[in-house]
Amino acid sequence: MRLDGRAVTIREDNVDTDVLYPGSYLNVEDPDLMSPHLFEGLDPALRDEMGPDTILVVGENFGTGSSREHVPLAMKASGVSCLVGMSFARIFRRNCLNLGLPLVDCPDAVAHAETGAHVEVDLDGGVVTVNGDRFTSAPMPDFMRAMVDAGGLIPWLRDEAAR
Amino acid sequence: MPHTLAEKILLAHAEVDDLSPGDIVMVRVDTVMANDVSGPVAFRQMEKMGARRVFDPTRVVMVADHFVPAKDARSAALQKRLREWSLDQGVAFYDQGRGGIEHMLLAQEGWIVPGEVIVGGDSHTCTYGALGAFGSGLGSTDIAAALAHGEFWQPVPATIRVRFDGAKRGFVSGKDLILAVIGEIGVAGATNAVLEFVGDGARTLPIDERLAVANMAVEAGAETGLFAADDVTRGYLNGRAKREWDDLRSDEVAEVAREVQIDLNMLAPLVAAPHSPGNVVPLADAVGTPVEQVYIGNCANGTITDLRQAAAIFRGRSVHPRARAIIVPATQAVYRQALREGLLDTFVDAGAMVSTPTCGACFGGGMGVPAAGETAVTTTNRNFRGRMGSPDASVYLANAYVAAAAAVAGELIDPGELIEAPPS
Repeated sequence: MRLDGRAVTIREDNVDTDVLYPGSYLNVEDPDLMSPHLFEGLDPALRDEMGPDTILVVGENFGTGSSREHVPLAMKASGVSCLVGMSFARIFRRNCLNLGLPLVDCPDAVAHAETGAHVEVDLDGGVVTVNGDRFTSAPMPDFMRAMVDAGGLIPWLRDEAAR
Repeated sequence: MPHTLAEKILLAHAEVDDLSPGDIVMVRVDTVMANDVSGPVAFRQMEKMGARRVFDPTRVVMVADHFVPAKDARSAALQKRLREWSLDQGVAFYDQGRGGIEHMLLAQEGWIVPGEVIVGGDSHTCTYGALGAFGSGLGSTDIAAALAHGEFWQPVPATIRVRFDGAKRGFVSGKDLILAVIGEIGVAGATNAVLEFVGDGARTLPIDERLAVANMAVEAGAETGLFAADDVTRGYLNGRAKREWDDLRSDEVAEVAREVQIDLNMLAPLVAAPHSPGNVVPLADAVGTPVEQVYIGNCANGTITDLRQAAAIFRGRSVHPRARAIIVPATQAVYRQALREGLLDTFVDAGAMVSTPTCGACFGGGMGVPAAGETAVTTTNRNFRGRMGSPDASVYLANAYVAAAAAVAGELIDPGELIEAPPS
């Protein structure tokens, strides 16, 4: 699987789910109504950077905190197609994979990607390219890879049942 | 092959001959829990899976706790959905007024027994490690799969052994033990790992304080925070446990990723300063910080133990004119116990406000949001920027003695300035 898009970079480490999607909006059920609150506690101006081919480039331990799936739901609804990070918090990583939103650990690429950079992610080759410069990403375990290829946990379970 | 406690629990719940850290396995769940926030999102995902019924209604628990009492019509609609879904599925449902904050409630009601696997649609599901159970916080799609199929996918975590040596003293509580750990290893220090608490300081810790310790394991990035079941656990579960259980423990020679040692003899009260649970400093370094709001409650520290600690400080004293105090018993049973012991009288006499059990202001859900520019001292588990509802408020995490003393003084002080020693 190959993806490409425009980088939107969030440099801080330990960006938590509360600033990504504040708790007072956890009573929203429709993802299209979640996206207007994405990044609200971090930098609401980031919402203006979102487009249909956005690749979020993030720091260490991104998505730490709550289990709220509202964060990746709002990201998907805002056009985020992939995340490239230094590292990710456990539940956030699961939530993204379960929703078919790929994420790769590639600190070198993060160090080189400014907002606006053209980023290509090659999940098969384990390579992230930033404005033509190639960086090797950490390999994704086969299981997680299969889930991303299927489009998330729901289609993966359906495929498993059919096998 | 020798195994840690976490590995043994997972091995007993997976269709594999053996496992080791990093393996990804499908794990059978004993109990699935969700609330008024994570439940409705999970129900939508379950419908997308084409699953109409839960895998086993006797192993599913729903709790209305986050936005209770409903702050607005949208929150009320979520609770209505949770209520109707639970009734239709025939699963256990604790509505407002009949339960309380999910993690304290499930422990109290005997849903959690050692050696079992509980998944919950809430990151603080790690609290169940206090009873030797593998409690894992998951998002709503994972919960949907667990509701439908009774299993979830799980990378086997490494184990970080945390040794509490010696005996804590003075105004130190379980809260300080886990703050010491997070301060030591950092907010991502236990990613892809579980914490296992051992040592004489762990064995002598009462269950309420073990719950407080395990609750914040996730604040170090850990999957769960385990105390192997022992006589303290047995005493707590006697007459409470819904199922029989085995007391598993780590093999002494099992491989751990790291060992951390905390000397309780040397430990003094700590606080996590704004805006991270990892920003841990000695209380002594924060003394004198003006405080406008104190919040004693939440799934970490709203137990009867915490309320007794707070009452020992408030007894015969008043909340400082500059400050306000909100007390939130974790469950209806804790509320009633506090009522019987006269603790609620003490709080009301002091000018503190007593709330119904709710997650409430801990996560900015209502029932006590601080204003911009204000400082709160809370017994909760997260002080991320904006967590309580205002991005311009500051939150210090502390134990119940320290929080209550801050309410009385209108600033962070050493509780020893108000009472000589904790009541024994």
